[in-house]
Amino acid sequence: MAYFLGLLAALVAFWFGNSGHYKPLMLGFGSVSVLLTMILAYRLDIIDREGAPYVRLPQLIKYYPWLAVEVVKSNWVVIRACLRAELDITPTLTKVKTVCRSDLARVTFANSITMTPGTVTVEIEGDKLLVHGLYESGTEPEGFFEMDKRCAAACDPKEAR
Amino acid sequence: MADFLANLGSFWEILRHPLGGAACLAGGLLIIISSIGVLRFPDFYTRLHAASVTDTSGAALVLIGMALMAPNWLVLVKLLCIFIFLFLTSPTSSHALANAAHVAGLQPRIGPVGAANPEDKT
Repeated sequence: MAYFLGLLAALVAFWFGNSGHYKPLMLGFGSVSVLLTMILAYRLDIIDREGAPYVRLPQLIKYYPWLAVEVVKSNWVVIRACLRAELDITPTLTKVKTVCRSDLARVTFANSITMTPGTVTVEIEGDKLLVHGLYESGTEPEGFFEMDKRCAAACDPKEAR
Repeated sequence: MADFLANLGSFWEILRHPLGGAACLAGGLLIIISSIGVLRFPDFYTRLHAASVTDTSGAALVLIGMALMAPNWLVLVKLLCIFIFLFLTSPTSSHALANAAHVAGLQPRIGPVGAANPEDKT
């Protein structure tokens, strides 16, 4: 039921943000379309923890600013690598083991690695990630411990930790 | 106090357009830099790293610049939606590309490239 209300609130906010009309006719159309979307989502059976992840929102809001700082830092490294007169990169492949349990946490961790420039997740197998990095020094498995811990704290449900 | 706030508001109205323009320019510059990286790097995987600068800071700076110049809050909401979609889909697409190359059997070039490698004089 909480997921239902969360999806409803998100859809209503999305509609208002995109239309900006307040005439009764437009509001009627809007409510019909929101209702139709809710019925479709219910029929598809996607109103669950992953379809409406609002329970995790406070932890995610704590996680993303930290990730943004990391992204800016590693952006600087890659920009310098692009513009250096002589290339000095050492491409590396590493296996990283994650402590994340749920699928959502693993996806967030892999996406975070891919989003920071200079490292890309090539493959996920169980709890091991194959990571390709631009510099050897930035791709040690120890370097991902903190991101891994923060992802697990942000996305894993409490009982799984 | 109210006078001061009104002044601050009009000051912001004047300031936000140059600020937004500067942010857009900086984003465009970053995108050019990352294209240079794409052209210079030796193989597929390393080029993907250079392209991810465009995905993250380049796109974010251009969007922030446009948000600063937005005429009303509706445009702001749409820019925020674009930002969220890019934020979720760009790492996914990079991963899909890298994974496809890996599954197809493309071997990444490992070890020092360029100045650090004596065999690599170009």
